[in-house]
Amino acid sequence: MLYIYVGLGGAIGALARYGLGLMVDSVGTSAFPVSTLLINLIGSFILGWLTHKFLQTGKPSPQLVTVVGTGMIGSFTTFSTFSVETIQLLEEGRIWLAILYVFLSITFGLLSSWVGYRVGTRQRKGGEVG
Amino acid sequence: MTFVWIAAGAFIGAICRFAISQVMKQWSDSSFPFATLFVNVLGAFGLGYLYAHTTHQTIILFIGVGFFGSFTTFSTINLELVRLAMNDRIRFGLYLVSTYLFGLIAAYIGWSI
Repeated sequence: MLYIYVGLGGAIGALARYGLGLMVDSVGTSAFPVSTLLINLIGSFILGWLTHKFLQTGKPSPQLVTVVGTGMIGSFTTFSTFSVETIQLLEEGRIWLAILYVFLSITFGLLSSWVGYRVGTRQRKGGEVG
Repeated sequence: MTFVWIAAGAFIGAICRFAISQVMKQWSDSSFPFATLFVNVLGAFGLGYLYAHTTHQTIILFIGVGFFGSFTTFSTINLELVRLAMNDRIRFGLYLVSTYLFGLIAAYIGWSI
Protein backbone atom coordinates (compact mmCIF):
# COMPACT_ATOMS: atom_id res chain seq x y z
CA MET A 1 0.00 0.00 0.00
CA LEU A 2 2.90 2.36 0.80
CA TYR A 3 3.95 2.19 -2.85
CA ILE A 4 0.53 3.45 -3.98
CA TYR A 5 0.70 6.37 -1.55
CA VAL A 6 4.23 7.23 -2.71
CA GLY A 7 2.87 7.23 -6.27
CA LEU A 8 -0.02 9.51 -5.32
CA GLY A 9 2.39 11.83 -3.49
CA GLY A 10 4.51 11.82 -6.65
CA ALA A 11 1.52 12.79 -8.79
CA ILE A 12 0.72 15.74 -6.51
CA GLY A 13 4.37 16.84 -6.45
CA ALA A 14 4.65 16.72 -10.25
CA LEU A 15 1.42 18.69 -10.73
CA ALA A 16 2.68 21.32 -8.28
CA ARG A 17 5.96 21.46 -10.25
CA TYR A 18 4.09 21.92 -13.53
CA GLY A 19 1.70 24.49 -12.03
CA LEU A 20 4.45 26.57 -10.47
CA GLY A 21 6.39 26.38 -13.74
CA LEU A 22 3.40 27.82 -15.64
CA MET A 23 3.02 30.59 -13.06
CA VAL A 24 6.69 31.60 -13.28
CA ASP A 25 6.59 31.51 -17.08
CA SER A 26 3.48 33.73 -17.11
CA VAL A 27 5.42 36.42 -15.25
CA GLY A 28 7.98 36.56 -18.02
CA THR A 29 10.07 34.27 -20.19
CA SER A 30 13.82 34.12 -19.94
CA ALA A 31 16.62 32.03 -21.41
CA PHE A 32 17.60 31.15 -17.86
CA PRO A 33 15.56 28.25 -16.35
CA VAL A 34 14.24 30.25 -13.40
CA SER A 35 11.28 28.00 -12.64
CA THR A 36 13.26 24.73 -12.30
CA LEU A 37 15.84 26.42 -10.10
CA LEU A 38 13.13 27.91 -7.88
CA ILE A 39 11.28 24.58 -7.60
CA ASN A 40 14.46 22.67 -6.78
CA LEU A 41 15.51 25.15 -4.09
CA ILE A 42 12.06 25.24 -2.45
CA GLY A 43 11.89 21.43 -2.46
CA SER A 44 15.39 21.06 -1.02
CA PHE A 45 14.47 23.39 1.83
CA ILE A 46 11.22 21.56 2.62
CA LEU A 47 12.84 18.10 2.53
CA GLY A 48 15.67 19.24 4.81
CA TRP A 49 13.17 20.72 7.23
CA LEU A 50 10.79 17.74 7.15
CA THR A 51 13.55 15.17 7.63
CA HIS A 52 15.19 16.97 10.49
CA LYS A 53 11.88 17.57 12.24
CA PHE A 54 11.15 13.86 11.90
CA LEU A 55 14.58 12.80 13.19
CA GLN A 56 14.26 15.08 16.19
CA THR A 57 10.67 14.45 17.18
CA GLY A 58 9.68 11.16 15.50
CA LYS A 59 6.70 12.99 14.03
CA PRO A 60 5.11 12.70 11.57
CA SER A 61 5.20 8.91 11.21
CA PRO A 62 7.91 7.26 9.05
CA GLN A 63 5.26 6.28 6.50
CA LEU A 64 4.04 9.86 6.14
CA VAL A 65 7.63 11.10 5.82
CA THR A 66 8.15 8.59 2.99
CA VAL A 67 4.93 9.62 1.20
CA VAL A 68 5.55 13.36 1.56
CA GLY A 69 9.36 13.36 1.43
CA THR A 70 10.16 10.63 -1.11
CA GLY A 71 6.86 10.79 -3.01
CA MET A 72 5.71 14.38 -3.08
CA ILE A 73 8.84 16.50 -2.55
CA GLY A 74 11.01 13.98 -4.40
CA SER A 75 8.79 14.34 -7.46
CA PHE A 76 8.28 18.08 -7.06
CA THR A 77 12.01 18.56 -7.55
CA THR A 78 13.72 17.15 -10.61
CA PHE A 79 17.24 16.40 -11.70
CA SER A 80 16.51 15.28 -15.25
CA THR A 81 15.00 18.65 -16.25
CA PHE A 82 17.96 20.45 -14.69
CA SER A 83 20.39 18.31 -16.70
CA VAL A 84 18.58 18.68 -20.01
CA GLU A 85 18.12 22.44 -19.57
CA THR A 86 21.87 22.74 -18.97
CA ILE A 87 22.59 20.79 -22.17
CA GLN A 88 20.11 22.97 -24.07
CA LEU A 89 21.87 26.14 -22.86
CA LEU A 90 25.21 24.67 -23.99
CA GLU A 91 23.78 23.69 -27.38
CA GLU A 92 22.50 27.26 -27.82
CA GLY A 93 26.00 28.55 -27.13
CA ARG A 94 24.99 30.17 -23.84
CA ILE A 95 28.02 28.72 -22.06
CA TRP A 96 28.17 31.20 -19.20
CA LEU A 97 24.47 30.90 -18.50
CA ALA A 98 24.87 27.10 -18.35
CA ILE A 99 27.79 27.40 -15.93
CA LEU A 100 25.81 29.88 -13.80
CA TYR A 101 22.81 27.53 -13.75
CA VAL A 102 24.90 24.56 -12.59
CA PHE A 103 26.76 26.67 -10.05
CA LEU A 104 23.58 28.17 -8.55
CA SER A 105 21.84 24.78 -8.45
CA ILE A 106 24.73 23.12 -6.62
CA THR A 107 25.49 25.87 -4.10
CA PHE A 108 21.99 27.11 -3.35
CA GLY A 109 20.55 23.60 -3.44
CA LEU A 110 22.95 22.58 -0.67
CA LEU A 111 22.33 25.80 1.21
CA SER A 112 18.52 25.41 1.02
CA SER A 113 18.68 21.88 2.35
CA TRP A 114 21.03 22.89 5.15
CA VAL A 115 18.91 25.91 6.13
CA GLY A 116 15.84 23.65 6.19
CA TYR A 117 17.74 21.31 8.49
CA ARG A 118 18.68 24.17 10.82
CA VAL A 119 15.15 25.60 10.91
CA GLY A 120 13.87 22.17 11.95
CA THR A 121 16.28 22.09 14.88
CA ARG A 122 15.51 25.59 16.03
CA GLN A 123 11.75 24.99 16.03
CA ARG A 124 12.19 22.03 18.32
CA LYS A 125 14.36 23.94 20.78
CA GLY A 126 11.86 26.81 20.80
CA GLY A 127 9.07 24.37 21.49
CA GLU A 128 10.93 22.87 24.44
CA VAL A 129 11.62 26.21 26.03
CA GLY A 130 8.03 27.38 25.53
CA MET B 1 -6.02 16.03 -20.07
CA THR B 2 -2.65 17.68 -19.51
CA PHE B 3 -2.85 17.16 -15.76
CA VAL B 4 -3.98 13.54 -16.07
CA TRP B 5 -0.98 12.64 -18.27
CA ILE B 6 1.48 14.34 -15.92
CA ALA B 7 -0.08 12.76 -12.81
CA ALA B 8 -0.11 9.29 -14.39
CA GLY B 9 3.54 9.51 -15.46
CA ALA B 10 4.58 10.90 -12.08
CA PHE B 11 2.68 8.16 -10.23
CA ILE B 12 4.74 5.52 -12.05
CA GLY B 13 7.99 7.51 -11.85
CA ALA B 14 7.82 8.04 -8.09
CA ILE B 15 7.00 4.38 -7.45
CA CYS B 16 9.91 3.24 -9.64
CA ARG B 17 12.32 5.57 -7.80
CA PHE B 18 11.07 4.35 -4.42
CA ALA B 19 11.26 0.69 -5.50
CA ILE B 20 14.85 1.09 -6.72
CA SER B 21 15.87 2.73 -3.44
CA GLN B 22 14.27 -0.13 -1.47
CA VAL B 23 15.93 -2.83 -3.57
CA MET B 24 19.36 -1.19 -3.39
CA LYS B 25 19.01 -0.80 0.37
CA GLN B 26 18.80 -4.59 0.60
CA TRP B 27 21.78 -5.14 -1.67
CA SER B 28 24.21 -2.97 0.20
CA ASP B 29 24.41 -1.13 3.48
CA SER B 30 26.84 1.40 2.03
CA SER B 31 26.32 4.97 3.17
CA PHE B 32 26.96 6.10 -0.40
CA PRO B 33 23.61 7.02 -2.04
CA PHE B 34 23.90 4.76 -5.09
CA ALA B 35 20.13 4.55 -5.61
CA THR B 36 19.65 8.31 -6.04
CA LEU B 37 22.72 8.54 -8.25
CA PHE B 38 21.43 5.69 -10.40
CA VAL B 39 17.90 7.09 -10.94
CA ASN B 40 19.19 10.59 -11.59
CA VAL B 41 21.79 9.58 -14.18
CA LEU B 42 19.38 7.17 -15.89
CA GLY B 43 16.58 9.77 -15.85
CA ALA B 44 18.85 12.52 -17.22
CA PHE B 45 19.78 10.21 -20.11
CA GLY B 46 16.13 9.32 -20.74
CA LEU B 47 14.87 12.89 -20.72
CA GLY B 48 17.72 14.04 -22.96
CA TYR B 49 16.84 11.32 -25.44
CA LEU B 50 13.13 12.12 -25.27
CA TYR B 51 13.50 15.87 -25.86
CA ALA B 52 15.82 15.32 -28.80
CA HIS B 53 13.60 12.74 -30.46
CA THR B 54 10.00 13.80 -30.05
CA THR B 55 7.84 16.90 -30.06
CA HIS B 56 4.67 14.91 -29.42
CA GLN B 57 2.96 16.88 -26.65
CA THR B 58 1.25 13.97 -24.89
CA ILE B 59 4.44 11.90 -24.79
CA ILE B 60 6.39 14.86 -23.40
CA LEU B 61 3.79 15.44 -20.68
CA PHE B 62 3.41 11.77 -19.75
CA ILE B 63 6.99 10.51 -20.01
CA GLY B 64 9.00 13.75 -19.81
CA VAL B 65 7.28 16.02 -17.28
CA GLY B 66 5.52 13.20 -15.45
CA PHE B 67 7.65 10.07 -15.46
CA PHE B 68 11.25 11.31 -15.77
CA GLY B 69 10.48 14.49 -13.82
CA SER B 70 9.38 12.39 -10.85
CA PHE B 71 11.73 9.45 -11.36
CA THR B 72 14.63 11.84 -10.81
CA THR B 73 14.92 14.05 -7.77
CA PHE B 74 16.92 17.06 -6.69
CA SER B 75 15.82 17.51 -3.08
CA THR B 76 17.07 14.06 -2.03
CA ILE B 77 20.53 14.73 -3.48
CA ASN B 78 20.94 17.76 -1.25
CA LEU B 79 19.57 16.05 1.83
CA GLU B 80 22.07 13.21 1.30
CA LEU B 81 24.88 15.70 0.65
CA VAL B 82 24.16 17.62 3.86
CA ARG B 83 24.24 14.36 5.81
CA LEU B 84 27.51 13.25 4.17
CA ALA B 85 29.07 16.68 4.74
CA MET B 86 28.60 16.19 8.48
CA ASN B 87 30.38 12.85 8.79
CA ASP B 88 32.13 11.80 5.58
CA ARG B 89 33.84 14.53 3.56
CA ILE B 90 35.30 12.14 0.98
CA ARG B 91 31.95 10.55 0.11
CA PHE B 92 30.43 14.05 0.09
CA GLY B 93 32.88 15.13 -2.61
CA LEU B 94 32.54 11.91 -4.57
CA TYR B 95 28.75 12.04 -4.52
CA LEU B 96 28.55 15.70 -5.51
CA VAL B 97 31.01 15.38 -8.40
CA SER B 98 29.63 12.07 -9.70
CA THR B 99 26.01 13.26 -9.61
CA TYR B 100 26.54 16.45 -11.61
CA LEU B 101 29.28 15.11 -13.87
CA PHE B 102 27.59 11.81 -14.78
CA GLY B 103 24.14 13.44 -14.87
CA LEU B 104 25.16 16.09 -17.39
CA ILE B 105 27.16 13.60 -19.49
CA ALA B 106 24.17 11.22 -19.51
CA ALA B 107 21.79 13.99 -20.60
CA TYR B 108 24.23 14.97 -23.36
CA ILE B 109 24.58 11.38 -24.59
CA GLY B 110 20.79 10.92 -24.57
CA TRP B 111 20.39 14.18 -26.44
CA SER B 112 23.05 13.29 -29.03
CA ILE B 113 22.35 9.68 -30.00
